Amino acid sequence: MLRLQKLTKTYKTGDQALKAIDLAVPKGQVLALIGPSGAGKSTMIRCINRLVEPTSGGVLLEDVDLTNLGSGALRKARREMGMIFQEYALVERLTVMENVLSGRLGYVGFWRSFLRRYPQSDVDEAFRLLDRVGLLHMADKRADELSGGQRQRVGICRALIQNPKLLLVDEPTASLDPKTSRQIMRLITELCQERGLAAIINIHDVALAQMFVPRVVGLRFGEIVYDGLPTGLTPEKLTEIYGEEDWEATIEKVDEDEDVEAAE
Amino acid sequence: MPVIERDDAQIWRRRTMGQSLVRWFGWLLGVAVFVYCWQLISQSTTWFFVWDAPRIANDIWTRATPPKWDYITQLGRPIWDTLNIATLGTIIALCLAVPVAFLAARNTTPSALFIRPIALLVIVSTRSINSLIWALLLIAIIGPGVFAGVIAIAIRSIGFCAKLLYEAIEEIDHTQVEAITATGASRWQIMAYGIVPQILPAFAGISVFRWDINIRESTVLGLVGAGGIGLQLSASLNVLAWPQVSLILIVILVAVMISEWVSAKVRGAII
Amino acid sequence: MSYRELDDMLGKGWRKPAFVKNPLLRWALFLGFFAYLIAAFMTIDVDWGRVYEGLDRGWAFVLAFTSPDFISRWSDILSGLLESIVMTVTASVVGILISIPIGLGAARNIAPLPIYMICRGIVAISRALQEIIVAILLVAIFGFGPLAGFLTLSFATIGFLSKLLAEDIEAMDKVQAEAIKASGARWPQWINYGVQPQIMPRLVGLSIYRIDINFRESAILGLVGAGGIGATLNTAFDRYEYDTAAAILILIIGIVMALEYLSGIIRARVQ
Repeated sequence: MLRLQKLTKTYKTGDQALKAIDLAVPKGQVLALIGPSGAGKSTMIRCINRLVEPTSGGVLLEDVDLTNLGSGALRKARREMGMIFQEYALVERLTVMENVLSGRLGYVGFWRSFLRRYPQSDVDEAFRLLDRVGLLHMADKRADELSGGQRQRVGICRALIQNPKLLLVDEPTASLDPKTSRQIMRLITELCQERGLAAIINIHDVALAQMFVPRVVGLRFGEIVYDGLPTGLTPEKLTEIYGEEDWEATIEKVDEDEDVEAAE
Repeated sequence: MPVIERDDAQIWRRRTMGQSLVRWFGWLLGVAVFVYCWQLISQSTTWFFVWDAPRIANDIWTRATPPKWDYITQLGRPIWDTLNIATLGTIIALCLAVPVAFLAARNTTPSALFIRPIALLVIVSTRSINSLIWALLLIAIIGPGVFAGVIAIAIRSIGFCAKLLYEAIEEIDHTQVEAITATGASRWQIMAYGIVPQILPAFAGISVFRWDINIRESTVLGLVGAGGIGLQLSASLNVLAWPQVSLILIVILVAVMISEWVSAKVRGAII
Repeated sequence: MSYRELDDMLGKGWRKPAFVKNPLLRWALFLGFFAYLIAAFMTIDVDWGRVYEGLDRGWAFVLAFTSPDFISRWSDILSGLLESIVMTVTASVVGILISIPIGLGAARNIAPLPIYMICRGIVAISRALQEIIVAILLVAIFGFGPLAGFLTLSFATIGFLSKLLAEDIEAMDKVQAEAIKASGARWPQWINYGVQPQIMPRLVGLSIYRIDINFRESAILGLVGAGGIGATLNTAFDRYEYDTAAAILILIIGIVMALEYLSGIIRARVQ
């Protein structure tokens, strides 16, 4: 469904963040993107919906190349891709409900959105999504009154109300505690399953990635150095991605966790 | 932090010889400039009047007290005009300052090469000229009256408000804007959802702050004929009606204090 | 409202919660403001015929900016500008020197209560009185000329700088000051080592900012006879010599811009 063809990004400073990335994501597949800081994970996600303009190469969403769309067509394409951010990126001074409804901005006209008169179907969908993530009673609270985990749930609702085909998830758990991180990861993967969504989850916590996703892509210096099952991530592979470190502990922990998950 | 060695003893000094010399020279130059300036002032001062000042001050004080309290009945309309000059001037200024601020902020300007310098020029030129001068100019153009006062206050406030506002716009959290962009929102929707909510508190604070200043400024605009209570002040001064002057000054003081109190309250409620 | 079930809420409309919760109060505020605006507009007597006539003159003034006349009144402009600068320099120096002790006295954490009250009183009076009103009074007392302007600006500087300085001292880091006190320093030593280093950068920044303001204010003091470029400007407007007026305004804007640029550099270096 999504294909990246020789996607390259060179910043003005001359840093090559992405070096001719080729990647295909079939419909409904959730994949985790791992790699050290500065490997180009964030850049790659942002190149897909062109928050960052790629230097060359193609991004094909259902055989439409996004890289040479005009601004109107790009907005239509962006509606198909929901994005979830590291620091939640909610508009803090708006209410939870407004934040969720802002996911519909690509569908409604300016005055409708300005006067907050969304179609009833959108409002109903927003209520349903908030109920699904357990925040219905918070609908009229201001976003900056929420805790980190709650904010990320609102962020998820905002991405899902776009009715996307693909989720772009940028470090969803980076600012959350371990327990909330797992809850959020579980929620994202569950929702993807319910709705048959594909997702690219950019994550730095290898153990968490292994726990929840069926496919892991490792990025190092803007190149894909691993693409396969989470169980294939041996210490040698991790060393190749991240550099020298004692990886045994990480992997053992994962196995343990999986047992716990299974027991639940 | 130099250490001088002399007679086998180390003497610590805060600055080297050269540094202290430069500093002393700088101070000397400063003092010389000050003395020169003072002499210029002194030359154009009639010192006889200055030595006579205590007597004159005393004289004015005895004439000005007690204030002519019943004159206040004639001050109702001027006070109302003063309030209007400040309020309407602030509202007009805000309407104009918002687009200027968006054009001047680095992250929202449509063209950093052409439009931003123009917007910055508007800000600097309206800001550096006092509202009294603007009033003087407008009276020469559209004649004396409240209207000239409103426009003068409005022009003077554009630069002030736009400067503070564009600094607020430049400080917004960019990821929130990014998130709204990612939903496929149009340019105006990004503005309404991503940027405006973030600068709204700053905007409200600036408005009230400037309104407070404008109340002060509009009390004296009448001195040049631009309406408000200053007209009465200048008329009373011209006929040396000191009891009226003292009453007007008291009224102005009270008005300034009230406006300061109101603006502090409103700012407290917003933030 | 907090625990309504999903089924209740589906199909119901959604409204953004209003900023003012009570609908009655909300409408009252809205209508009151609207009524005020209408009343204010009604009471401004605008002589539209006069305004229309003035448009030509306004346009002439705008055009004058493209061909400002520096030459025909150059000696007047020069002496006025020089007087403004002289007043700015002397008033800033004297004002800053006086405002330092008053600022120390107006800081509650280093001054005893009686001194605190006196200094705060001085600050309050200085801030409440408009520069131009002070200038009028001082001109009446000391006679025309730059001395009155110098005194006005010094007085205004004291109110501005002392207040900000005092606030800064009150917000300073207590531990550093305590450490100096603990070393057995006398009061002046304590101020010199414990307080001064902390507030010095701010003091320099604020002083330069105030010099900037003093220059702008000095441009209007001439309107009431207190010296400076204002008198020349006023004459130019009276004679409808827009090209000369434009030249003066351009000079003022230029000097203010230069001062702002300079203060930006100095502040960046001090901090």
